[in-house]
Amino acid sequence: MSLINYASREINCKIVYYGPGLGGKTTNLEYVYEKVAPSSKGKLISLATETERTLFFDFLPVDLGTIRGFRTRFHLYTVPGQVYYNASRKLILKGVDGVVFVADSQIDRMEANLEAMQNLYDNMAQHGYDLTRLPFVIQYNKRDLPNAAPLQDLDTALNPGWTVDDPERQKSTPDPYRTGDYLVREVDGAWIERVPTFEGVAVKGEGVFDTLKAVSKLVLKTLG
Amino acid sequence: MSGSGAASWSFREEDSGRIRAVLMDFLRDASARTALLVDRAGQMLVTVGETPNFDPTAFASLTAADFSANDQLARLLGEHEFGTLFHQGEKESLYLADIARRVILVVLFDNRTTLGLVKLRMKPAVNELSVMFTEMFARDTGNDGRVGAGFVGEAEDELDKLFGI
Repeated sequence: MSLINYASREINCKIVYYGPGLGGKTTNLEYVYEKVAPSSKGKLISLATETERTLFFDFLPVDLGTIRGFRTRFHLYTVPGQVYYNASRKLILKGVDGVVFVADSQIDRMEANLEAMQNLYDNMAQHGYDLTRLPFVIQYNKRDLPNAAPLQDLDTALNPGWTVDDPERQKSTPDPYRTGDYLVREVDGAWIERVPTFEGVAVKGEGVFDTLKAVSKLVLKTLG
Repeated sequence: MSGSGAASWSFREEDSGRIRAVLMDFLRDASARTALLVDRAGQMLVTVGETPNFDPTAFASLTAADFSANDQLARLLGEHEFGTLFHQGEKESLYLADIARRVILVVLFDNRTTLGLVKLRMKPAVNELSVMFTEMFARDTGNDGRVGAGFVGEAEDELDKLFGI
């Protein structure tokens, strides 16, 4: 629900980082905060527990500047990863324009990833939003760890794709972020769409801006 | 990507004028300092009265979260909602009210007035604003949800500059 405020000439877009606990959502935001020029960012707000686990959300506004007369901002939010904070997770999704799912690549976190993904679909549906029609990207984080699962396995589990019913969209669409791969393609007679994915090592900043840039561009396209 | 289910709406110049007039009258009658309208997704819509000296973006996001969390608390108690919230400080206080389930009116006031007066004057203002916002949400947005041609391209260039770190 990007709000175009014609009175104050502002456009604000809301991007939510979702995923399992300790997967690196807050780390993504902290890296963005660290690297973006001071004039382009607001305060990083963290509603966290004493042990620095996200209790409610982290929030970072990023200012794109004035474009065609509209001051354009992205509001970046994270949700708490722990399942027992589901009520807060759901609240943060209200009015979302784009979603980044930060998956933990470690093999033993696969179940937590799957649970968080299912929970994301459920919470979006409860708000009446269809995740398959919203800007959505996945970041496979912690790629530097020795027990990181192969990308293929992560894709199979977390990004199997959904059937494309709209005939206009049933055409092979190359993945701009993975050479030789496709976002929409025909598999056994059915057209399947999957979402763009990025490898990340958020603590070192790897993949952080690639991910953010991709989801932001998808959100901008919805305004055009 | 359109039709994702997330309701979209726009806030026009003429909406702002009508709303500002209601809020100015209310501030004068209640002797309150500032009135702010924030949408439930955490975006600031309007500020009327004394310019606050805090970060409005952060304020809007926390206000929306505050209201949403209290909504859930209300439901745990079997209430449909808490229509208003009050936060009392030593010098400054906040009074918040729901407008048409989509927007929050936040009033900042100090010891130049009383909670009783703010509450009393706020009720008719909330009713008036609720009617206005309900009309705004119901109207056909037409092309309001779109920006002019060329916006996306320019915005993408800015993104590349900002995030091409």
